[in-house]
Amino acid sequence: MLHRSKGKALREALIEWLIRICGISAVIFVFAIFFFVFWEGKGLIFNNKVNINTASIEAITKVEGIDESLASKIVSTRSEIKLEKRLTTEWLLKEELLDEDTFVLIEPFIKAKEFSFWKFLTTQEWYPASESNPRYGVFALIAGTFSVTLLSMLISVPFGLGSALFISEFCSPKLKETLKIIIELLAAIPSVVWGFIGLTIMNQLIMSIFGAQIGINVLNGAIILALMSVPIIVSIGEDALQAVPDSYREAAIGLGVTRWQMVYKVLIPAAKNGLLAAVLLGIGRAIGETMAVLMATGHAVNNPFDGDFPFLHALESVKTLTATIAAELGETARGSDHYQVLFIVGILLFSITFLVNLTADLVVKGIKNK
Amino acid sequence: MKIRYRTSGAILLSAAIILLPGCGKKASNGDQGLGTGNATEIQNAGSDTMVNLALAWAEEYKKLKPNINVAVAGGGSGTGIAALINGTTDIVNSSRSMKRTEISKSKNTHNQIPKQHIMGLDALAVYVHVDNPLEEITIEQIGMIYAEDGNITKWSQLGITPPGGNDEIIRISRQSNSGTYVYFKETVIPEGKEFKLGTRDLHGSKDVVELIGTTPSAIGYSGMGYATSHVKMLKVANKKGDPAYGPSLQNAMDKKYPISRPLYMYTVGEPTGHIKSYIDWCLSDAGQKIVVDSGYIPAP
Repeated sequence: MLHRSKGKALREALIEWLIRICGISAVIFVFAIFFFVFWEGKGLIFNNKVNINTASIEAITKVEGIDESLASKIVSTRSEIKLEKRLTTEWLLKEELLDEDTFVLIEPFIKAKEFSFWKFLTTQEWYPASESNPRYGVFALIAGTFSVTLLSMLISVPFGLGSALFISEFCSPKLKETLKIIIELLAAIPSVVWGFIGLTIMNQLIMSIFGAQIGINVLNGAIILALMSVPIIVSIGEDALQAVPDSYREAAIGLGVTRWQMVYKVLIPAAKNGLLAAVLLGIGRAIGETMAVLMATGHAVNNPFDGDFPFLHALESVKTLTATIAAELGETARGSDHYQVLFIVGILLFSITFLVNLTADLVVKGIKNK
Repeated sequence: MKIRYRTSGAILLSAAIILLPGCGKKASNGDQGLGTGNATEIQNAGSDTMVNLALAWAEEYKKLKPNINVAVAGGGSGTGIAALINGTTDIVNSSRSMKRTEISKSKNTHNQIPKQHIMGLDALAVYVHVDNPLEEITIEQIGMIYAEDGNITKWSQLGITPPGGNDEIIRISRQSNSGTYVYFKETVIPEGKEFKLGTRDLHGSKDVVELIGTTPSAIGYSGMGYATSHVKMLKVANKKGDPAYGPSLQNAMDKKYPISRPLYMYTVGEPTGHIKSYIDWCLSDAGQKIVVDSGYIPAP
């Protein structure tokens, strides 16, 4: 008896530890991923390469393979052209200041440009693969992500909450089961299939219905994203409505209200935390989605917002942050500027989703404390 | 007791599941060893343009030497070259030459200068919608349509009205990891300039042609092997006043068609052993016949 209970205690302790590890693992993963993304991207912000457009002769001489005469030649060339054109190692090679062997030696230690985080966030020119003058401005990409997400939420929130209400409150139990199964099936469609639908079917539909010049645009991406986030909004929203105790419904009906009055005045206020969580998870899905938007939005660097009515031009193509990372990361050599800038885009995306989640938490807490 | 028995069963089962793939691998290696001698794998990645050609080569070579397995992957020339630098592929197919920075990176990693092999030629076609009345275009005009400060943005500037009545030119391009993108940029865009922002960057050669087939006011570029009945290949002239030639095998071989380019393979250094014999075979008459069968032009 004693032996057995000892074994039992040991086993329970083991299980407890396993569960504890599972719980902590999420935290570890989040930090590990954040650390990895930051580590890969940090080089561009805090690097120790020499900037040949600003460095002194002494600093340039410290680079392996550059002797004093070459360094002074570089500096005199620099003042001759007076920064009309920035110096790059490529250019020095062309002007025959460098030979191939020196080029190969010094190329990894030289950079032509300071990375400015402010410029990165506020300019629209995204030319990461340019040889002569790479420019990293993500403003248009942020606008692209924002426009597609915004429009998709305008479509999916009313649809999603509406069908959650219908499934939870208005339909017969039999229809309810069928609808739930079908909506869950909708969630199981892979995003590349959605993207393909956007590229082929939606493309043609949007061109013929709206007379758009090109069918892969903000609207196309937003509709595809809305279809992808509706199942999440519906199933979480429906759970939230189910969680409202039946006594609320009975009390409301006992007071003689109609069904709609009961939903509007009693259920929605009672379930608002859960409904808000449903919407925010939908937004999270929309911001993070990659493959479908890559295929459906046209992938063109373009800011669809402007001051003229209707402010958001939904029939223009855009490029999103996620799609940019997916499309370009494969081509970059590890540790190159382009590679690092893509990781900085990753950090940016991470921060945006973190902000959305944090806002959600604060809003939900605020509602609770009222 | 009963519960305990079940738990240990579950642990055994999960242990078996974890160990299973390992066992499987071992067994299959043993089989290969007995069956066909030591199978060697050559990793071959890169250009999407060349992926069908590379697959055809690999299949034919497999018939010749069954114990050598050439694993072909696409992804784009840039992606393949990055893989060569990172050491995850043996041969890169590339529809552009390696950039100096890439050569320097590869040399720093592998201590050898990458070796270039010209495997064939390809002609890049400029596509418009089949109902578009435009027949000819010059390199300079293409440059003004695509380059960042080029001033052609409307079809009326080229003197035509596109079907559907939308005057704005919709520019279709490729993503920057594609060799087709780089080659097109080098050929039509003035040096030091970039593409205009707002160009739609699509993922594959086939996607470009398909999108142009459904978009009346679009223009784009892709390999000539991808033509369908919904698109039209423009005749291209070097400059104004020169005769324009359509993209065809003959015109490209005679160097009349201005946008034709070499197709390369790269290895980390001078190839040896299996890799060398594979590349030599691709350049032999048998290998070059496959180049022609795939719609490309044999190596000069």
